[in-house]
Amino acid sequence: MIKHAVLQLKPEKGNLQGNFTRLQSALQELKPEAPDVVVLPESFLTAYFLQGGVRELALTQQELYAHLQSLYQALEWPGLLDLVIGFYEREGGTFFNSCVYIELGGRGILHVHRKVFLPTYGVFDEERYISRGSRIQAFDSRFGRVGMLICEDFWHTITSTIIALDGAQVVYVPSASPARGFAGQGPANMERWSALAQAVSAEHGMYTLLSSLIGFEGGKGMVGGSLIVDPEGNIMVSAPAFEETALLAEIDLERIPAVRYDNPLLADLQGNLPSILPDLNRVVHRGEK
Amino acid sequence: MKILKANRGSEMLDLNYPLLAEYLQRFIQEELSWRGYHKGLIGVSGGVDSALTLALAVRALGAENVHAVAMPHRQSAPTSFEHAKLVCDAFGVKLDTVDITPIVEGYAQLDPEITGRRKGNLMARARMMVLFDQSEKHHALTLGTGNKTERLFGYFTWHADDTPPINPLGDLYKTQVWGLSEHVGVPDAILHKAPTADLEAGQTDEGDLGITYRKADVILEHYLKGYPDAYIESLGFTAAEIQRVKTLVNRTHWKRTTPATAVVSSTAINEFYLRPLDFRLK
Repeated sequence: MIKHAVLQLKPEKGNLQGNFTRLQSALQELKPEAPDVVVLPESFLTAYFLQGGVRELALTQQELYAHLQSLYQALEWPGLLDLVIGFYEREGGTFFNSCVYIELGGRGILHVHRKVFLPTYGVFDEERYISRGSRIQAFDSRFGRVGMLICEDFWHTITSTIIALDGAQVVYVPSASPARGFAGQGPANMERWSALAQAVSAEHGMYTLLSSLIGFEGGKGMVGGSLIVDPEGNIMVSAPAFEETALLAEIDLERIPAVRYDNPLLADLQGNLPSILPDLNRVVHRGEK
Repeated sequence: MKILKANRGSEMLDLNYPLLAEYLQRFIQEELSWRGYHKGLIGVSGGVDSALTLALAVRALGAENVHAVAMPHRQSAPTSFEHAKLVCDAFGVKLDTVDITPIVEGYAQLDPEITGRRKGNLMARARMMVLFDQSEKHHALTLGTGNKTERLFGYFTWHADDTPPINPLGDLYKTQVWGLSEHVGVPDAILHKAPTADLEAGQTDEGDLGITYRKADVILEHYLKGYPDAYIESLGFTAAEIQRVKTLVNRTHWKRTTPATAVVSSTAINEFYLRPLDFRLK
C-alpha cells in the first residue's frame, strides 16, 4: 500500500519563497498521516498565468531540488518523501512548463516531464512564452512504474495510452484549469476532468491522481476538483471546487493485475499495436504531399 | 420500433445560479484580498446590476464591509433613489448619498449649448470620480457593475462605468444578471422594471439599443461563438435584429480595450512587455 496525498492549494502569484513556505506548512500538517507520495498542481510555485514573467520566475532543476531538499530537511520528515510538483523550468535559454518527480531524502530527481501540449487558444497563451516538451514516458519510482502528464497532455488520451503501454500503473496529473461553463452541477471543465480521469483509468487499468490548482488569477478562477481514481475507473476521493483540500488515499498496486485480467484492454492494445501502427502513421502524414 | 430524435444542440444562457453566486463571492474576496482590501464600495443606482453586485459583495465581505453610495442628480428619476434605498435596506447596507448636481452643473454652466447626452456622460464620469474618492475615504475598492451585454454593445460611458478594477458581472449577459438577481433575492421592484441608465429623461436601455436584452443575449451568445447568421435566423430572430446586434458589437471594440499607444520599441507595455495584472515579484 502506498499512501498518497493530493494537495489542492492556492499559490500566491509570483511569490516563490511564499509558496515554498506554504508547501512546507501543508506538509507539516500532513506529517501525522505520513504520506509516501505527495502530489501538487501545475505551476504551483508561481501560479499559472505568468505571461513574460516566466522568464523571471522559472527555476532550473538544480535550483528546484535545492529548495525542496532544504524544505525537506526543515520538516524533519521521517524517512523518504516523494513529491510530484509542477513548476516553470529554465534550461539554458529555454523555458518549459514542467513537473518533477523527486525522491526527497533519497535519490533526488527521478524524472522531469515537460508539458507537450501547450494550450494556446481561448484564455490560454502558453506557447508564446514557453517551449514544448517532446517526450512522454513512464519511469520507475521506488514503488513501481509511474508516469506524469501535465494538464492538456492528459486531454489527449493518446498520451496516457503511451504511458500505460510504457508500463505505468499510476499516472500523476498536475493541472491548472480556469473554471468555465456554469450551467451544470459543477463547472463544466471540472466535470470533464472527472469523466476523463475515470475513462483513462478504466481503459488502462491504472490509478489517476489529478492535482488541480485553485485561486483566482486576474478574474480567472482555477477550478480545483482534484481527484484520485482507481484502476476500475471509480473515484476514490475528490476535492470540491475552489477550496484548499488534501486528498488522502492508499494505493494498492497489487490490484492492478487483477483488474487488468478482468478487463484486458491494455493487453489487447499491446497485441494489436503492430496492425494499428501503419494506420496511425497514415493519419499522421495525411495531408502531406 | 421506438424512434427517438435527439434534441438539437443549442447554446444555453441559463446557469446554475447557486454555483455561480458562490464563484462570484470567491472572486470578490480573492480579488480584493491580494490588492490589500477587505472592503468594497458600490455606486447603487436603483437598477438590477448594482443591486446584484451589492448582494454578492455582502455575501463575500459581510454587510459591514460594504459601502453603498447613491449619487443622484436633480434630473434623476425619484424612483432611482427609492430603489437604491430599497436594495440597501434589503441587504443591510447603510446608504450614503452624494448629490452630483453641483459637480455636473458647475461644468455644464460653462457651455450653455450642452446637450442632454453630454450631460449624461458628465453624470457618469462625475459618479466615478465620487466613487473613487469615497473608496479612498473608506479604504474600500470600487466594484464595477457593468454586465456583458452592455460591455459588448459599448453601451456605457468610456472611462466611467467601465473603470473600476474589479467587475463581478462583466461576463454575465443581462438575462443572466436577472437570473442570478432572482436567486440572491434582489427585490421584485428592481428585478421587473425597465432597465435605464437614468441619464436622460424617459430613457430606457432597450429603447436606446433598439432590441430587447432577452433577444439580444441569445443572438450575442451565438454570434460570439461563431454561428452564421442563417443559423441564428433559424432560431427565430430576424435579419434586422441580428444585424443590429452585430453592428453594435463591431462599432465598439475600441471601448473594450486600453487606449491605443503608438508603439516605437520592442518593450512596449501590453504589446511586447506582457505581464498579467496580478503579477508581482517578491
